[in-house]
Amino acid sequence: MQALKAEGVKTIFGYPGGSIMPVYDALYDYTRGNKKAFDHILVRHEQAATHAAEGYARVSGEVGVALVTSGPGATNTLTGVADAMLDSTPIVVIAGQVPIGALGTDAFQEVDLVGLAQPISKWSYQIRHAEDIAWAVSRAFYIARSGRPGPVVLDFPKNAQLEMVEFEPEKVNFIRSYVAYPKLDPEAVRKAAELINNAKKPLALVGQGVELGNAQNELRAFLEKADIPAGRTMLGLSALPSTHPLNVGMLGMHGNYAPNIKEQECDVLIAIGMRFSDRVTGNTKTYAKQAKVIHLDIDHSEIDKNVKTDVAVIADCKESLPAITALLQKGNHQEWRDSFKPLMEKEHDKVIEPAIHPKEGPLLMGEVVNAVAEATNGDAVLVTDVGQNQLFATRYFKYPNKRSICTSGGLGTMGFGMPAAIGATFGAPGRTVVSFSGDGGFQMCIEELGTIMEQQAPVKMILMNNNYLGNVRQWQDMFWKRRKSFTRMHNPNYELIAQGYSIPYQAVVDRKDLKAAIEKMLATDGPYILECAILEDDDVLPMTPPGMNVDDMLLEINV
Amino acid sequence: MCNDMEEKKLYTLLVYSENIAGILNQITAVFTRRQVNIESLNVSASSIPGVHKYTITAWSDEDQILKITRQIEKKIDVVKANYFTDEQLFIRESGLYKLSTPMVLENPEISRTIRRFQANIIEVNPTYTIVQMHGVTEDIISLFRALDTFGCVLQYTRSGRIAVTRGMQEQVSQFLEERENG
Repeated sequence: MQALKAEGVKTIFGYPGGSIMPVYDALYDYTRGNKKAFDHILVRHEQAATHAAEGYARVSGEVGVALVTSGPGATNTLTGVADAMLDSTPIVVIAGQVPIGALGTDAFQEVDLVGLAQPISKWSYQIRHAEDIAWAVSRAFYIARSGRPGPVVLDFPKNAQLEMVEFEPEKVNFIRSYVAYPKLDPEAVRKAAELINNAKKPLALVGQGVELGNAQNELRAFLEKADIPAGRTMLGLSALPSTHPLNVGMLGMHGNYAPNIKEQECDVLIAIGMRFSDRVTGNTKTYAKQAKVIHLDIDHSEIDKNVKTDVAVIADCKESLPAITALLQKGNHQEWRDSFKPLMEKEHDKVIEPAIHPKEGPLLMGEVVNAVAEATNGDAVLVTDVGQNQLFATRYFKYPNKRSICTSGGLGTMGFGMPAAIGATFGAPGRTVVSFSGDGGFQMCIEELGTIMEQQAPVKMILMNNNYLGNVRQWQDMFWKRRKSFTRMHNPNYELIAQGYSIPYQAVVDRKDLKAAIEKMLATDGPYILECAILEDDDVLPMTPPGMNVDDMLLEINV
Repeated sequence: MCNDMEEKKLYTLLVYSENIAGILNQITAVFTRRQVNIESLNVSASSIPGVHKYTITAWSDEDQILKITRQIEKKIDVVKANYFTDEQLFIRESGLYKLSTPMVLENPEISRTIRRFQANIIEVNPTYTIVQMHGVTEDIISLFRALDTFGCVLQYTRSGRIAVTRGMQEQVSQFLEERENG
C-alpha cells in the first residue's frame, strides 16, 4: 500500500479473491478514514479492471492500476494487458499468486502468470518476498510510464503479501539495460531538417507518440513553421486539433480520402510517433514508394519494421520535434496543401454529407456521432468500442483538446468501450465522457453496467444498434458473397437491462427525436444509455480493402 | 511467403542480459513468434559481473534478423543484442564422440582419422573411447561422418556455438560504462 502511495496512485480498479486477500485486507484501511489514500473501484470482471485502468491512463497520462487475484483473475487480465501493449498504454496489473512453496504444484488457482504475460507485456515480474516490494513496485511504475509506455504485470505470491517488513521507500528511475529516452542524434536531426527543407510535397503522419510525449505544442510549431499538412492515426486524432488548418484528416483503412491518396504522391513522409500499422499502410510493397521517409520514434524496434526509413530520429518527440524545427526554414506549401482540397470535397460530397445529414430512411451511425459531437462542443472525451461504431465515431467526432480519444486501436478489443469509459470518468473527472458501442461490443463487457450503477460513473453510453455485428457483416457483403455467417444478433431488450441497473435510458428511432434525446442525455447527471436504432446495412466508407494499395480507397461500394 | 524466397544465411546473435530468471524465455519467444528455428544456443556468464551472454544462431534473411535483434534488445533486462555473419566473428564449437574401443583397436584407420582432424582422445577404457574436437561446425560434422563410415560411433554430440567479435570495440562494457556514468 505504501509503495503504491509512493508512486502517486489514487485510483485502483480491482476484484478481490483468495490469493490477494492480504492486500485487500490492507486496502480496507487505506480506502477509508484518516488513512484513506485510494479510491478502489470494484469492477464486475477482471478484464474490465484492465480496460478501466487503460481508460484512466489514456485520458490522464497517469499509470492505471488493476488489482486482481491469481488463476482466473490473472488470466482474465491478459486481454487488457495485450491491448495496452499494442496501444502503448501505461498500466500496472498486480495479481495475487499462490505462496512460492506451492508454485509448480498445480495448486488451486495457480497459473504461470509471468510466463503467460511476458510476450504481451513490457515487463513481468514475480515479487517473491516482501523485501522486494518497494523496489519491484517502483520499477514497475517507472517501466510502465517511461519511454514508450506499456503494461507491467506484477505477480504477487501470498507469502510475500503476508511477510512483515519495515517499508523502506525506493525510487527506481534508472535501469542500466533499459534506455527509456534514447539520446538525440544531431546528425539525424540535421538530415531530417535538410530533407524537409528541400521537400516540395511534405506530408506528416501524426501518431499517439505525440500525445504520450506531451508534445502537442511542439508538433504544431513544427508543422506551422514548415507549412506541412498532417494526417493523424486513429490513436493520434487528438494530438492535433481537428480544426487546425494543417490537419488533413485521419489515416488508414477507413480514414479520410485525401491523406490516403496523398501518401502516394508526397515526396517526403514524416512519421511522428506512429508505427505504420497495416491498417494505415495497406499493402506495404506499394506504400509511399516515391517518398523519402523520416521516422521519429522513441522505440528503436519500430524503425524499418514495416516501412523502410531514410532518416530515423530515435528519441522522445518532445525533444526531437523542437530540435528539427530549429533547423527548418519557414515553408510555404500552399499549392501542395490546396491540392488536398478537391479530394476532401469529393469525400465530403460522396461520403460525409450523406452520412451525417441523411434526408430519409432509418438513422445512420455517422449522423448520431455528428450530432453528439455538435452537442458536446468537442469538449468531451470520446471512448469507443470496436467495429463500425468505432470507425464512425473516430471519423465524425471532433477533437479540439488533447487526450480526447480512447479506443482499442492495435488489438481491436470488442468489449473495451464500456470499462474504458468508466476508467476515463475517473481519469478526467471534469470532462464529459461519451462512449459509442455497437450491439455486439456492448454485450461483451455488459456486466460493467453494475460498476457504472454502483459508482454512478457519468458515462454517456450511446448504443448504436443495427442488430448485426456490423463490421463483419459489411465485409461479408463486400468480400464473402453476402453470406452473413453468424453476424445477425438476436438482442435483448436494452431498456429492461437499463432498468435492472437503474440507469436512465432512452431510445431513438426517428431522426427528428435525435437532437433532443442527446441534449437530454447530456443534461442528465450520472450515467445514461441512449439506444439508437440504426439502419441494418449502414456501411463504413471510405474503405481501403485489406491488403490493397493505400490509394485504392473506395468511396462507394459497387455491388 | 515472399520472405522465404529471399536468400537465407546463418546469422549469429550475441545477446547480453541481466542475470534474471525468465530472460531466456523472453528471447526465444521473439523467434517463436516469427516461427524462426534456433539452430544453436549457448548461455553463460560473460566477462562482465552480473551479465549473461547468449550466443544464438538461426537461418534468416537480414531484414528479419534485424527486426528480431531489435525486438530482443527492447526487452527491459536485455543490455545489448547484435547480429553478425560468420566473417565478423571468431567461432568455435565442440564435438564429443564416444567410440567402441574394440573397434578402434581393430582398425588403425580410425586413429589416423582422429589425428588427421587434430582431435584429442580424452579417455580410454576397455569398452569405449572418448574423442573431443574443437572447431567450426563443418569440421566437427566432417569428423563424425568420417568416423561413422567405420561404424564405431556409439554416441555423438555437438555443442552450441560460442563466438567473440573480430571488431576492436568492446561495445557492451562501453555501453554499460556510459549508462552508469550518465
